Amino acid sequence: MESTKPLIIAAMFVELGHFALILAFAVAMVQATVPLVGAQRGWRAWMAVAEPAATAQFLLILAAFAALTHAFVGSDFSLRLVTLNSHTDKPLLYKFSGVWGNHEGSMLLWVLILSLFGACAAWFGKGLPTALRARALAVQSAIAVAFIGFILFTSNPFLRLELPPLNGQDLNPLLQDPGLALHPPFLYLGYVGLSMTFSLAVAALIEGRVSAAWGRWVRPWALAAWMFLTIGIALGSWWAYYELGWGGFWFWDPVENASFMPWLIATALLHSAIVVEKREALKSWTVLLAILAFGFSLIGTFIVRSGVLTSVHAFASDPTRGVFILAILGVFTGGALALYAARAGTMEATGVFSTVSRESAVVLNNVLLSVACFVVFIGTVWPLVAEMLFDRKLSVGAPYFNAAFTPFMVALAMVLPIGAILPWKRARLGRSIRRLWGIAALALAVGALAWTVQTGRAALGPVGLALGVWLVFGALAELLVRAGRGSPGSRARRLAMLPRADWGKALAHAGLGVALLGIAGLMAWEVEDIRAVRLGESYGVGGYTITLNDVRSVPGPNYRAVQADLSVTRNGRTLARLRPEKRVYPVAGMPTTEAAIDSGSFRDVYVVIGDAQIGGGWAIRTHVKPFANWIWTGAAIMALGGGLSLTDRRHRVAGGARGASSGAVGTT
Amino acid sequence: MRPLILALCLLAAPAWSVQPDEILEDPALEARARELSRELRCLVCRNESIDDSNAELARDLRLLVRERLTAGDSDREVMAYVVDRYGEFVLLRPTGDGANLALWLAGPAMLVVALAISAVYLRRRGSARSFEGSLSASEQARLNELLDR
Repeated sequence: MESTKPLIIAAMFVELGHFALILAFAVAMVQATVPLVGAQRGWRAWMAVAEPAATAQFLLILAAFAALTHAFVGSDFSLRLVTLNSHTDKPLLYKFSGVWGNHEGSMLLWVLILSLFGACAAWFGKGLPTALRARALAVQSAIAVAFIGFILFTSNPFLRLELPPLNGQDLNPLLQDPGLALHPPFLYLGYVGLSMTFSLAVAALIEGRVSAAWGRWVRPWALAAWMFLTIGIALGSWWAYYELGWGGFWFWDPVENASFMPWLIATALLHSAIVVEKREALKSWTVLLAILAFGFSLIGTFIVRSGVLTSVHAFASDPTRGVFILAILGVFTGGALALYAARAGTMEATGVFSTVSRESAVVLNNVLLSVACFVVFIGTVWPLVAEMLFDRKLSVGAPYFNAAFTPFMVALAMVLPIGAILPWKRARLGRSIRRLWGIAALALAVGALAWTVQTGRAALGPVGLALGVWLVFGALAELLVRAGRGSPGSRARRLAMLPRADWGKALAHAGLGVALLGIAGLMAWEVEDIRAVRLGESYGVGGYTITLNDVRSVPGPNYRAVQADLSVTRNGRTLARLRPEKRVYPVAGMPTTEAAIDSGSFRDVYVVIGDAQIGGGWAIRTHVKPFANWIWTGAAIMALGGGLSLTDRRHRVAGGARGASSGAVGTT
Repeated sequence: MRPLILALCLLAAPAWSVQPDEILEDPALEARARELSRELRCLVCRNESIDDSNAELARDLRLLVRERLTAGDSDREVMAYVVDRYGEFVLLRPTGDGANLALWLAGPAMLVVALAISAVYLRRRGSARSFEGSLSASEQARLNELLDR
């Protein structure tokens, strides 16, 4: 009997987790209704339900998630999900990440994060007016009801198998990677984080009032969601770069677009909320953006989960999940937009500003970002529209997006440093631009230099380089302007005294410049070589000499690999030994390529090994990728800027952190 | 040596995007082939060009493109040849004819609309600067009355 005891305990955990999820469903229903009624009627006791309910909901979902994780780590193959996505030989990290490496588990992570944001609003939102907070928590919980219902009725992770197999079918080998283990949690923190700005927007619409204070409450949530989304997207792109085997970093795949659209709208929201807070303008537009940002998150969820864009027929063969999410999308986005249509008129702007001002610059930022998002949206859904309405089966791929989307980003980058340096309310364009003339000249000079050096290649590289310089130095210039005049000492002191939000802004803008430079440099100046190489043979690529020393077979924990050993030399000096692998995961029956990369500040040497060739030797693919690391470094700098801004005292106050409610509010 | 042979057998099956044996002698022709491959979709993959794809069918298409190029076809002729056989589904850059015009014009048209709306908004914000406009006729009359007094 002794030996069956752990099994019984494990079985109990699973059932307790399942039960906790059902209980969370009930709690969420209470939280979605009682505080809402309380706020309508002015009953304090009813409103007060929201806070403990949010905590309880979060803890219950956490328990469910912990139970599922326990089943994965303990390889409990009586669970269908574990059997389909795990294996005893799998490394521990991937037993953890296997929890969200599948549809059901990732939806559970989705609601876990949803309830975490709700709980955070309950814990840290003490500064919010009681009624607004009760309403926002109720709306947040209504979303939770919909998605917990979705899990319980269509995607239950706790389903059992009648006859548990001895071992599982292993996780998709492509997902067995540290970058991808972390990618979904960050992405969801971003995606789902936008639910909080949505809830605040709907709560404000129910109240029919949007004040400067509302802008201040929304900003930290938008900022946090944006920061996580940035990290999540960057991780996914980085993973694609080193794992998929040819060094692509962005494919304009519908699933990628699904995360990129909310990012674009969140970026717009981030900026317009500042105008609401500081200038009491753009109110109704900001509320609309808050609704749309989460709306696009829901659209993204629909795109990813329903499979509708891979094939209309895949959707038709099992429409339950797709239709369920479509209904959620319709109810929440549709409902919020209807409410918006009814109430938007009441949100009169009071702030006044002239056509040349920081406010106008933010309007332009919003126009460019929203239209860019619209282009991505149209491109993503067009194959579906064309098939349904015009009976044409067609594809919309990277060439379309590169052509239709890039101009908006170029325009945005061109106006960004100017907009960022303009004063609020009323500005004199000439006066502000004067400070940037030097940087514009520098950017143009760098671009022109690149143009002459590269001779006869596309304009993309020099343009990207010039824009990168323009953005990075533009951000520096803005900080210097803020430092004012006077002795170096006093300027340094003033710089140190600047609010963290200002540093965050400069960092984020500079990060965008670094990322743009990386993207353009990589796309324009990559060198590629494909050839059959015999053992001991050397060849040259982009100024490097590469020698294939050896090819051998190596065992892994749950795979077998063929590994090449190459040395990279330049001018007789050995720079790196690279060991690219080709792996086969016998259980999943799938091969993966593991590129070997010699990462450098200004270029990556990227080597992939292919098949043995009939005529002898091995297929080796070599890329020299300039500025590759700049893409993710830039994204990291942007996220860092967001994080720094988030720690600004004004935001902590706005988030409603306890004990900080007095005094500092007026300093904005 | 035994494990290596075993591994080789296991690994032999999957192909791997552009293979060394596909590459054309003439670098200019090969460069054109790569350009065209990036515009063509691998029919059995999800949103991948034949240039990136590992699929057998993508390899066949890559070889077809190179065959046509070696036969002396222009880029346009090669694309027309492929579209004739596989339909417009293979094009990653949709054509601009018929309904697709909407796809290509959506962005620019939306930009014009958005700029127009924001121009109107900015003008209104700008002209609200003086407070005269914000008073109703009766309020203005009352104000004038007070000022005249």
